[in-house]
Amino acid sequence: MKKIVYFFLLMTISMIANAQHAEMADVMRSNGKIYVVVGIILIVLTGLVTYLFLLDRKITKLENKLSDKR
Amino acid sequence: MEAPRLNILNETVRALYFHVPMWFGMVLLYLLSVYYAIKYLRNPLHDYDVKSVELANVGTAFGILGMVTGMLWANYTWGSPWHGDPKQKGAAIALLVYFAYFVLRGSLSNDEQRARLSSIYNIFAFATMIPLIFIIPRLEDSMHPGNGGNPGFNAYDLDSRMRMIFYPAVIAWFIIGLWIVSLRVRYRTIEERILESEL
Repeated sequence: MKKIVYFFLLMTISMIANAQHAEMADVMRSNGKIYVVVGIILIVLTGLVTYLFLLDRKITKLENKLSDKR
Repeated sequence: MEAPRLNILNETVRALYFHVPMWFGMVLLYLLSVYYAIKYLRNPLHDYDVKSVELANVGTAFGILGMVTGMLWANYTWGSPWHGDPKQKGAAIALLVYFAYFVLRGSLSNDEQRARLSSIYNIFAFATMIPLIFIIPRLEDSMHPGNGGNPGFNAYDLDSRMRMIFYPAVIAWFIIGLWIVSLRVRYRTIEERILESEL
């Protein structure tokens, strides 16, 4: 049991050590990090759209209330 | 549009057009919210209270978006989403102060009492937000430009090319915020009218 734990510990250490030398290849750091800007724009847009969507739902409820009365 | 070429920031400097206007928008919306809170205290009209709440509501939404975009930006430029930056912490506390405003409103059932107490709280909330966001980060070391040992915006914002987009962006996002506020205020007035007609 102890051996397995040490094995994984060593493996993670070597992975971390390798990672420090490796060029980061993930999308967010490529092309001058332009995808970070894309992500930020998407966060703002989805946030505002969700906010407006919630308002839309509230208005629908009001409309239903009105149609119930008539 | 060309943007200044900087190390580490790289293209993310363009996030300035989206992340910063969220905070500018939040502060402006909160400022108007306080204005209507004071107006309510001077002359207790229900309309002022509705405007004050909805302005604070949309302001908080802008603040949350500013927080999330800031965390994404920080992750790829500062190294981690939550960096313990004084401005980041201050903004988080300011948002919590405003969350408490909505908790306070939700906990009172008497309309007039709720409007009066929350108007007073609103003034205090605004007064705590200003030092948390604008003063304390300048006294400590903050990674945000214009704070601590960092130079002001002149690293990139004094760049006239970016200013030409940044200021219209601030105004545009603020107007979008005002538009959502007006939608919510109209919703509230219709809702109240329906409730009144039911009585």
